[in-house]
Amino acid sequence: MRHLLSCADLDLTTATGILDLAEEMQQVQSRPVKKLPALRGRTIVNIFFEDSTRTRTSFEIAGKWLSADTINVSAKGSSVSKGESLRDTMLTLDAMGVDCFVIRHSSSGAAAQVASWVRAQVVNAGDGQHEHPTQALLDALTMRQHFRAIGAEGFAGKKIAIVGDLLHSRVVRSNVLLQHTLGGEVVLVAPPTLLPTGVENWGCEVTDDLDSVLGEADIVMMLRVQRERMAGGFFPTEREYTERFGLTEDRLSAMKPGAAICHPGPMNRGVEISSAAADATNSLVLDQVAAGVAIRMSVLYHLLGSDEGAMH
Amino acid sequence: MAEPATDQVSTSGSEESSRTVVDASELARSLVRIAHEILEANRGAADLVLLGIPTRGVFLARRLAALISEIEGRPVRLGELDITMYRDDLRSNPTRNPARTSIPGRIDDSIVVLVDDVLYSGRTIGAAIDALRDLGRPRAIRLAVLVDRGHRELPVAADHVGRTIQTAADEHVTVLLEEFDGRDAVTIGREGNR
Repeated sequence: MRHLLSCADLDLTTATGILDLAEEMQQVQSRPVKKLPALRGRTIVNIFFEDSTRTRTSFEIAGKWLSADTINVSAKGSSVSKGESLRDTMLTLDAMGVDCFVIRHSSSGAAAQVASWVRAQVVNAGDGQHEHPTQALLDALTMRQHFRAIGAEGFAGKKIAIVGDLLHSRVVRSNVLLQHTLGGEVVLVAPPTLLPTGVENWGCEVTDDLDSVLGEADIVMMLRVQRERMAGGFFPTEREYTERFGLTEDRLSAMKPGAAICHPGPMNRGVEISSAAADATNSLVLDQVAAGVAIRMSVLYHLLGSDEGAMH
Repeated sequence: MAEPATDQVSTSGSEESSRTVVDASELARSLVRIAHEILEANRGAADLVLLGIPTRGVFLARRLAALISEIEGRPVRLGELDITMYRDDLRSNPTRNPARTSIPGRIDDSIVVLVDDVLYSGRTIGAAIDALRDLGRPRAIRLAVLVDRGHRELPVAADHVGRTIQTAADEHVTVLLEEFDGRDAVTIGREGNR
């Protein structure tokens, strides 16, 4: 694999391989020595043009546990703030002999653009409202382990409701693409104002009625409503949003038995998810965080473990 | 680790066909002998941990563990040690997905017996020793292999060997096991006739 830019790049074998290896890597997390030598001598630069704590940290830990040298570059305080273009910044770092860039950028398509410029391999850690493939992979790992724990195997026949601000979400697109490959059925739930254009071509059921979906979804994935969108006129008031699209305490009991709750974080408790739901026994929110490092180890290994993905 | 063995005994009739050098009953006898040797060398099974190296080492370790339990009348600790990420040729090969590693409890102060099918360059065992170092500090590490075919590239020697076979470098030694290949045998073939 040369780059990971989109979940559309993953065929079933690769996606399953990444999930399988991530499960092995979860075992490494419980070892006294959490270090494998697989990526010794590789240099990974995490370059984040947008704030992120969990994604950047988990990529950094993942690289370090695989013995790569990981370096963090944030846009603040870098030459970016002096007006250097994205292209020049990336080419400069590339010229230093970096093996892999993990990039987060506020513009959709930035990761793919960078991949076309540089010699290094590129992982998309979130590009605008486009994609966030490693989040979808860790969601899939968390779901797969949940399904296994309740005695079910695989994604076939499983219904995954993704609820909330789909318009501004990069997580939803990656999840839809990945589930298309893995075999899960995605139902999108959002107010019409927060649906992405072209959503009718995604091959998913779309509805604005959360209650009609709750009883049959195996996974309810709540997406963050970004408070900065409130002013955008996408919905009348916060309270009204919560009433129709929030996972309230009342809605918890309407969920299908054995169903679980996901949220990619950070959560707005009391808006899209109630504290009762976030902390419920069937909440997988912390499992998702725990899966983050393992998934990123697996992705980095698949990209950098062999020289075949490098440009010669 | 042995080369991936997809070959069966060739029926091409050429003089370079792979030939069986150890048959099923011989293989079974070798394992019984190794089981006794391991017990004798370690004065029982109390501190033993058998770790099979994927793929076929895992099945051999299971068989040895069953034999040892039978002789001793008590279970012996058994696990799997994948060494993919410790290989020194990792980068030069296509990406391979590591197999399972499962270690039965702590290995500190135990006697770890690594089990593999074929001992060749010794690089797999070198990697396995590196991997064990990250998992703890065994009192001793021993090596049991079904076949020692020579051509070492590292100073590695097996403690327990089922069968030593003289081979040429271009020959190909394949261990076949019932659990994985449908029958028990050790065959030798020429490169290019796999």
